[in-house]
Amino acid sequence: MSQIAPALEAAPTAVLHTRRRRGVRGKWPIIVLFLPPALVLFTLFVILPMGEAAWYSFYNWNGYGLPTEWIGFKNYELIFKQSAFRNALINNGLIIVVSICVQIPLALWLATMVTKSIKGAVVFRLIFFLPYVLADVAAGMIWRFVYDGEFGLVANIYEFFGQNAPFWLADKNVAFSAVLGVIVWKYFGFHMMLFIAGLQAIDKSVLEAADIDGATGWQKFFKVTLPLLGSTVRLSVFFAVVGSLQLFDMIMPLTGGGPSNSTQTLVTFLYSFGVMRMQVGFGSAVGVVLFVICVTLAFSYKRIFMRND
Amino acid sequence: MTDTAEPIDAATANSGGRSLRFGTKAYLYASLLIVAAIIIIPLITTALGGFKTLGELRGNAFGLPSTWMWSNYGDILMSHRYWLQMGNSLLIAGLTVFLVLALSAMAAFVFAHVRFFGSQFLLNYFLIGLMFPAATAILPLFIRIRDLGLLDTYWGVVLPQVAFGLGMSILLFRNYFRGLPSELFDAAFVDGAGYFRFFWHIALPLSRPIIATVGIISFVGSWNSYILPLIMLNTESRYPWPLGIMVYRGEFSTDWQLILAFITLTITPTIVVFFAAQKHIIAGLTAGAVK
Repeated sequence: MSQIAPALEAAPTAVLHTRRRRGVRGKWPIIVLFLPPALVLFTLFVILPMGEAAWYSFYNWNGYGLPTEWIGFKNYELIFKQSAFRNALINNGLIIVVSICVQIPLALWLATMVTKSIKGAVVFRLIFFLPYVLADVAAGMIWRFVYDGEFGLVANIYEFFGQNAPFWLADKNVAFSAVLGVIVWKYFGFHMMLFIAGLQAIDKSVLEAADIDGATGWQKFFKVTLPLLGSTVRLSVFFAVVGSLQLFDMIMPLTGGGPSNSTQTLVTFLYSFGVMRMQVGFGSAVGVVLFVICVTLAFSYKRIFMRND
Repeated sequence: MTDTAEPIDAATANSGGRSLRFGTKAYLYASLLIVAAIIIIPLITTALGGFKTLGELRGNAFGLPSTWMWSNYGDILMSHRYWLQMGNSLLIAGLTVFLVLALSAMAAFVFAHVRFFGSQFLLNYFLIGLMFPAATAILPLFIRIRDLGLLDTYWGVVLPQVAFGLGMSILLFRNYFRGLPSELFDAAFVDGAGYFRFFWHIALPLSRPIIATVGIISFVGSWNSYILPLIMLNTESRYPWPLGIMVYRGEFSTDWQLILAFITLTITPTIVVFFAAQKHIIAGLTAGAVK
């Protein structure tokens, strides 16, 4: 997603220029043989389904036969009437807020520490990145155990203090906060890696110059390092937004969207209300809404914040 | 960090090679160890939990098991389903990686080195795929797979996975191919090589790093994927492991010791491969983001 703009801008015109003097000999065979496989697959399984989603979204259809019962914008009206959908929207928003306010500062803080020359820095980096490599489903399952009120780690901690443990994931007021914790646990390592790459790209002489001018550690961080990491921060936020909109795999083993739809995200909402009930029209409409949100956020974010990156 | 107020200390604190002050060091290690513990404790207790009895989990989820129940792990390792699911995941991921590499390298080569009318348009067409997740079109995708008769087959999972991986892979390959020195082309073409020979004998052998990157991204994505197999597969004997783990949990709903053993065994391959090939994997998984 993030790659679109840089790729288009980066097209090196100098290379194109030298290429021109070479003949066009044998050009068409390779085009005709090399492009179509990817093109056909991509059209069949990415572009057409998205177009079909827009089409199906105007029908009441269970997926069998042809869609015939045209109901106009009814599916869309239904979506926005559902409180579960509002929960999903709010939850996706909360994930983004927590990513920006908790996860990214945490990732940056850790990145500054593991790029110092201390023993074991590489081992810490590996450990911090490990949750990101695990499957979302496995991570969700592990944390379901952690949060379990009878056999889990939380239960054991409460018992240690002589208390009865709550079932966090079964309490609609607490469940989503618990899910947010797992999200931070699972993904901060990825953002940390982005920041490590960003920190390593900073010219050391700039920091040395700041030293000579007598800057303190804090001053150097906020006046030199952070501004130079601007593009990395913007990239990191971008991935947090994109990741939030796709979140599904981890929610399923943790809560499945419950209790009382309090942990739905847009994709789990689509799954629970479209796929599970085989409401193809309604589910497609949810897909279209999700698509519009993705594209709008991606484009406006790039326009506003990443124009110069 | 607050104790680096003096310029001299600040200088040593951040320029690599020289040693840090004791206070700074203690602060660093304490913070890192706390975070590392939060990462590792859930993983270790999961693995240890698999060796316990359910009764022991109730009071002793953190400690070592009083008696090691090897049978929890043994039974799973002896069972058909564990190996079947691992095999299914491997097969699906293998097919996905192979097809993504083949199709995206070919298409990207054309975009990188063959000038023709509409090439920019077609490239942008593929980049549309980067803008939305597969979940948005999951129902029409289900209907397409069903109408093609691919429901409940490996291909029903592989083909959409490949299609949704093409955008990113083509972009990575194209940028890499473009970066190859242009003298190579001139030399090859002067020697009478055509595009095909150039692709096969020069461009591809030089592209090992990007092949590794794209391969790792597609493999990890496919190995961990859940939503596509969930929608496309019905027969348990074809389930990859993330689906299998959910079924297993459904069956043994509160027998946490068995579920924990099962989780541990399913994530072990990932952890082993990660530590064995960490440099490549970290580079691969972040390359897509940074480049």
